[in-house]
Amino acid sequence: MEELNLFVKSIFIDNMIFAYFLGMCSFLAVSKNVKTALGLGVAVTFMLVVTMPINYLLDRYVLQPGALSWLSPGMADVDLSFLGLIMFIAVIASGTQLVEMAVEKFSPSLYASLGIFLPLIAVNCAILGGALFMQQKDFPSAWTATVYGFGSGIGWLLAIVGLAAIREKIAYSNIPAPLRGVGITFIITGLMGIAFMSFLGIKLG
Amino acid sequence: MLNKKNKEALFNPLSKDNPVLVQILGICSTLAVTVSLEPAIVMGISVICVLAFSNVIISLIRNTIPTTIRIIVQLVVVAALVIIVQQVLIAYNYEVSKQLSVFIGLIITNCILMGRLEAFALNNKPWPSFLDGIGNGLGYTIILVIVAFFRELLGSGTLLGYQVIPQWCYDHGYENNGLMILPPMALITVACIIWVHRARNTELQEN
Repeated sequence: MEELNLFVKSIFIDNMIFAYFLGMCSFLAVSKNVKTALGLGVAVTFMLVVTMPINYLLDRYVLQPGALSWLSPGMADVDLSFLGLIMFIAVIASGTQLVEMAVEKFSPSLYASLGIFLPLIAVNCAILGGALFMQQKDFPSAWTATVYGFGSGIGWLLAIVGLAAIREKIAYSNIPAPLRGVGITFIITGLMGIAFMSFLGIKLG
Repeated sequence: MLNKKNKEALFNPLSKDNPVLVQILGICSTLAVTVSLEPAIVMGISVICVLAFSNVIISLIRNTIPTTIRIIVQLVVVAALVIIVQQVLIAYNYEVSKQLSVFIGLIITNCILMGRLEAFALNNKPWPSFLDGIGNGLGYTIILVIVAFFRELLGSGTLLGYQVIPQWCYDHGYENNGLMILPPMALITVACIIWVHRARNTELQEN
């Protein structure tokens, strides 16, 4: 129940896009049609689910103050937390590279459809942001962290597919010239954000 | 020192080639840290430092980086600089560093950095790269400050923490607009800035 609650909360209330604006650059750039938006959304969700438990274990057993005490009692006062950023980004960058190679080898058709988005994910703030929020929220186990990663990914996917659908619909609308393109996309995202805020305070169980 | 090309690298990003309004880079942090002016200014200065120095470092080693692993090299250089900024902030301005929370760390994945490193520092000498970094950082900071100015003024009636809207306004029924503090209004404020900017620079409008 605890996990279900966290899952729903990370999709709707702590939505990566509307509450924290993470992954905004690719969100605005790749939301011109629903199909590519869906591809990128799936790729981001997948990377969040893969990197979250790795980063969690890294944080818990290597980086936190006193985390190295399982090696020897003398290491108990070692604090490596300042290395967090560089470790997380290394895990994410190498993870993206590995996933790219694996997908290319085992499923060329999926690789062709995701192709260009995979390398872009290394610099998607939603993934690194997920890792940093995970560190801040201090989850009890790697499983909860994975649930959080999955929920955040689904939330991101919902947001980008929704925006892409709206942008397809307004393609022929008569918008004031200076607002065309980016401007109106910002306003739509803002209005979607206000709509998502109505989920605030929902609690299961 | 400042020939025509260098001047362009320094001044173009301020308006005509602004990283936020025109290149649409680095939106995440623009929106998240602009509830009030102080964190916005600190964030802007941090980005200027990291951007200028990472541009210089990458530009110095640009001929020795193999192209296949350049993204990882860039990320490591940027991450090292961001860690320095983060430690300095924790040491000298703990309150603001708490307020900015994860967003200092997220400078690493700020698209302005990767964008400028890829587009400029990899093909140019260190001095123009440094100027390009300063210019783009300033262009980013200007937008951050404008958005934060309106959000703090209308949302809490203060600027940099000082009360600006006098008490008699509240006595006569003026209310702070709570909506301005909420995240979605940052997007709409940026949209209004884009609107004004493109109405003045008609060549930037899209069809």
